[in-house]
Amino acid sequence: MLNKYQIKGMFKSTFLHIILMSVAATCLFPLFWMLRCSLMTNQTVFVDKSFFPHELHFMNYFQAWTEGNFGIYFINSIIYTTSVVVGIVVVSSLAAYAFSRLEFPGKKVFFYMFVLAMMIPLPGSFVALFDLMNIIGLVNTRIGYILCMINVGLSMSILLLKTFFDKMPPDLEDAARIDGCGRLRIWWNVALPLARPALAVIIIFNSLNVWNEYILAQLLLSDKNLMPLQRGLMVFQGSHSVDYPLLMAGLTIAAIPIIAVYLFMQKHIIKGLSSGAVVG
Amino acid sequence: MSTPSAKQVSFNKLKNNAQNFSFILPAVLIFATFYIYPFYDIFKLSMHSWNGINLHKTPVGLDNFFELMTDGIWWKSVWNATYITLIALTFQNLLAFGLALACDREIRMKNFYRVVFFIPPVLSEVVVGLVWKWILNPSVQDGQHIGLLNYFFDKIGLHHLVHNWLSDPNTALTCIAVVHSWKGFGWGFIMLLAGLQTIDRQLYEAAKVDGAGFWKTLTNVTIPMMMPVILVVIILTVLGSMQAFVLVLSMVGQGLVYHTEVPVTRILSAMTGTNRFGYACSMGVVFGALLIMVSLAFKFVSDKVKQA
Repeated sequence: MLNKYQIKGMFKSTFLHIILMSVAATCLFPLFWMLRCSLMTNQTVFVDKSFFPHELHFMNYFQAWTEGNFGIYFINSIIYTTSVVVGIVVVSSLAAYAFSRLEFPGKKVFFYMFVLAMMIPLPGSFVALFDLMNIIGLVNTRIGYILCMINVGLSMSILLLKTFFDKMPPDLEDAARIDGCGRLRIWWNVALPLARPALAVIIIFNSLNVWNEYILAQLLLSDKNLMPLQRGLMVFQGSHSVDYPLLMAGLTIAAIPIIAVYLFMQKHIIKGLSSGAVVG
Repeated sequence: MSTPSAKQVSFNKLKNNAQNFSFILPAVLIFATFYIYPFYDIFKLSMHSWNGINLHKTPVGLDNFFELMTDGIWWKSVWNATYITLIALTFQNLLAFGLALACDREIRMKNFYRVVFFIPPVLSEVVVGLVWKWILNPSVQDGQHIGLLNYFFDKIGLHHLVHNWLSDPNTALTCIAVVHSWKGFGWGFIMLLAGLQTIDRQLYEAAKVDGAGFWKTLTNVTIPMMMPVILVVIILTVLGSMQAFVLVLSMVGQGLVYHTEVPVTRILSAMTGTNRFGYACSMGVVFGALLIMVSLAFKFVSDKVKQA
């Protein structure tokens, strides 16, 4: 026999599960709807509201990839994401290592410069950024967009890595120094491998950020062959007669990689976020 | 062997410093070019009248700022962003806090919820905006509603709820704010849950022994203990919501003149729409200053809380 408290507890947890489940359904349903609409034809998508349509048109993805230009956008997104993340990892880990371990005049000033910059919001200065890119001729170039995006992720990555290096015991590096390793080799062979957990957080968050970035792509890239997915999607939906199944296929193409990365890496993501929150 | 001369020592020190400095050189160069220079430039440009193309920039002093002070559309856009922020602060954060409380106990499928609630935040605003725009589509074809939401209201007999959600100035901004909250509550949820789990269980036991019920425990134990995390979530919500604009572009675009504009879309249209770069820069300066003031105010408050 269950006693009064057990029954009350069961009632309570069922109630909580109903609430949690309905919120979870609200999170997932729009994505399911996007996926479902991406497999319909331009005729049925307006009238057929069944959850699982009879015919599934996987050709839509092929069409979106070729005619909708999403193939090019996708490859551009891959190029931008990998180059920006590699750039951020190299540049920020070099700087963070120096801020943590090496001595040079003006170290504090430079470090606080990076920290303070996190307070200045990007929308405050992107007009001037656009002006600068125009002057140095980097508008509508891949390298211009990549450099701007490296800059966007730099401050936060330097801060995170420096905090990590500060906590790391210097014994291994000292041993390497006694063995005659130079600074650069110690950074590459000793410090970076030890900083793997922090690097994972940086790589994941910056990848998400670059893949989802929109505003700089709109400002800097007007050539269709250079646009990343987010920009391409807006161009596609802005055209006069939108082919909705193709648009939904394009949205799915943009969403799937990010969801896959998230599902594989969610432990790191949640850990990164949680530590950020607790540290404040 | 002779001892190295003083000159030699200082040269070695200089060389050593230079080598160390070279580690931060790439970061400093990128930063100076793409962050500091634009930051300096925006103040200069904001005091000029310039169409973005001509080499000639006409200095106009503080005229852009005076014009901005009396620009009704600009202040309307600031209010719109504030409105989105207020909805996010209440609706989104209360939802996040409630769900975090529900998951901060021995409950089955905790990990499933945690994973699912964080899916909207990892999606891009473009994807979220366009999917919701499609669900909220107001059109009718062959007597059938195209948009899922209107179709749903129609089918269950709530005809009066069928609506032009995104074309009606009265509902468009609220729709954007709700979708923004849908996309954002997962952040708050994860952070608050992490915070809740650092609270010592013994405090709850002690409260229980003292006869405190759910509300008493919440207001006297949980919320005071959580104050630092709550403040972080609040400041991130405010900064994020004030700058949210991609949802506006993807859900409404430029369709609803002025009713859904937020500061960032104003800056963009001053740039690309009317080619008034100087004016756009003055908006950027005012908006940036506004956000920095908000962060500083929160820093002040959170320092006070930490001292108490």
